Amino acid sequence: MKILVCISKSPDTTSKIAFTDGNSKFDENGVQYIVNPYDEWYALVRALELKEANGGTVSIINVGTTQDDAIIRKALAIGADDAVRIDANPTDAYYVSMQIAAYAKANSYDLVLTGKETINYNGSQVGGMISEAMDVPFLSLASKLEINGTTASLETEIVGGLQLVEVELPIVVSCAKGMAEQRIPNMRGIMAARTKPLNVVAPIEVEMLTSYESYTLPEAKSACRMIDPENMDELVELLHQEAKVI
Amino acid sequence: MSTLVYINSRDGIAKSATEAITYAKKLGEEVIAITTGGADDATLASLGEFGASKVLVERSVSNDDAQQLTKVIATAAASTGASTIVFSHDLIAKSVAPRLSVRLKAGLISGAIEIPQGDTVKVNVFSGKAFGAVKIASEQKIISVLPNSLQPEANGSVCTVEEFNGNAGEAKIKLIETKIPDGEIPLPEAELVVSAGRGLKGPENWGMVEGLAKTLGAATACSRPVADIGWRPHHEHVGQTGVAIRPNLYIAAGISGAIQHLAGVNGSKVIVVINTDSEAPFFKAADYGVLGDAFEVLPRLNEAIKKFKASN
Ligand SMILES: Cc1cc2nc3c(=O)[nH]c(=O)nc-3n(C[C@H](O)[C@H](O)[C@H](O)COP(=O)(O)OP(=O)(O)OC[C@H]3O[C@@H](n4cnc5c(N)ncnc54)[C@H](O)[C@@H]3O)c2cc1C
Ligand SMILES: Nc1ncnc2c1ncn2[C@@H]1O[C@H](COP(=O)(O)O)[C@@H](O)[C@H]1O
Repeated sequence: MKILVCISKSPDTTSKIAFTDGNSKFDENGVQYIVNPYDEWYALVRALELKEANGGTVSIINVGTTQDDAIIRKALAIGADDAVRIDANPTDAYYVSMQIAAYAKANSYDLVLTGKETINYNGSQVGGMISEAMDVPFLSLASKLEINGTTASLETEIVGGLQLVEVELPIVVSCAKGMAEQRIPNMRGIMAARTKPLNVVAPIEVEMLTSYESYTLPEAKSACRMIDPENMDELVELLHQEAKVI
Repeated sequence: MSTLVYINSRDGIAKSATEAITYAKKLGEEVIAITTGGADDATLASLGEFGASKVLVERSVSNDDAQQLTKVIATAAASTGASTIVFSHDLIAKSVAPRLSVRLKAGLISGAIEIPQGDTVKVNVFSGKAFGAVKIASEQKIISVLPNSLQPEANGSVCTVEEFNGNAGEAKIKLIETKIPDGEIPLPEAELVVSAGRGLKGPENWGMVEGLAKTLGAATACSRPVADIGWRPHHEHVGQTGVAIRPNLYIAAGISGAIQHLAGVNGSKVIVVINTDSEAPFFKAADYGVLGDAFEVLPRLNEAIKKFKASN
């Protein structure tokens, strides 16, 4: 079985969020990038478990610039076999998805895994877009994934609960909590990652459908109003009269 | 020209669906709704009150097969000449809207929190720590509206309901079982949420949290470590790696307010923090703070709300 895992970078969760160039660009000054947690913890680790159980290969794909090589090496250190980076600036989900779909189709992957969303743009768009371009089923927000021959069994989130489904491969799956447990790369993995193949390929011609024009930061919250712990009637009154939420 | 709104009506009409219709109405064109759910005609006709002029209902599609739904909505978009397609940014939109975007080659804005200002639409980015203004380059546009971003406005009257054949094709996803816990308020939909963290010391103490939630009619939530140790079910975990919520009121007891927790809740309108540590970072993000022991404060707050409810 051939598995392709889509990896994007995201700012370390404690990064300061600021913008430059007249609020049109994310200020990368001092920002540390990590593998987007959903991609690493859930998609990649589940892919490796499936390979360990059923055989096959796990490849990483990233649409990004040389800046992304560090997070790709991290994913290789955790255990992926090889990686490809489509050399382009990933600014639009449609653009990114068309790159990945073209590559996945050309190389006949059985299973394409993405994270639930990137924690910087929170779009949850890429997985669904890849699936439509490949004309295969998309299972979003999967919390369990088992493969039996050419059939996949999944547990996915639906409005208000969960559903269990079965579907024939090939498919695209976006991975959420529950799929797998985080794996910390060991020294051997880190050493091995240095010599694993990381192919850089040129992007295909695709137009962009969306663009971020500008950013704003939320207004600072006014200071928190402290309430006497003995006087919960006062809190209830404020929630009713002032905040109007009850 | 018209605006097409996809509505999931399997379990009736959710508030988020009426928000999506209200949003579409504000775009200024005729609003037509398309649904695949099981609601009866009278229920669907009530969407007219929020501004729909017509509801199309495709009854041959039973489960949430994103491929089928995409085809149905694309067919409806073509037959209604829709310039914009609106979704509520729920779990269905997360799988269908991106597919539709590719199928129609129409740019998609996910999680809009405002109606368009000029040619851009405001969304949350960086897990709620900033806003972005997104522009769509294509003629046809798709917008999914974040729940709880606007108030539904019902000032119209009932509309017509028409059967619709959306050429869904066959289902490729076989549904084995649906597990929907009954009686609980689904967290992403909840307007009031009571949440607790490691400060509660153990699962046996959650009665206070559930009791308060019950009095308020709120959903319950928790911090990540609490779900990880198994004190609470995983679907209650809110934050960056859990569910992101935007309720009107978020009450957090015994939660320190780590940045990854805040990422999932800082869209809440009003935040109340109950903590014994005046240095807890959560107080900086709170509107109302109670410096005190959750074991005393939660039951006291529960009583105060009961008293309030009895007299209102
Ligand atoms: C990449 C990453 C992603 C993460 N994602 C998430 C996420 O999605 N959601 C999430 O929640 N966390 C997440 N975390 C974990 C997060 O960093 C914190 O560790 C976690 O939120 C802390 O949980 P807590 O506040 O319940 O526990 P603690 O940090 O242990 O805080 C307990 C609090 O309870 C208070 N307290 C103690 N006793 C009482 C009492 N009797 N009455 C009142 N208050 C009391 C204490 O003063 C303290 O403030 C993530 C971490 C990482 C690294
Ligand atoms: N530039 C990228 N390269 C590779 N995969 C990506 C990229 N951007 C997003 N993805 C994948 O798509 C998922 C959803 O991203 P998004 O639609 O941006 O929320 C992520 O969790 C990744 O798995």
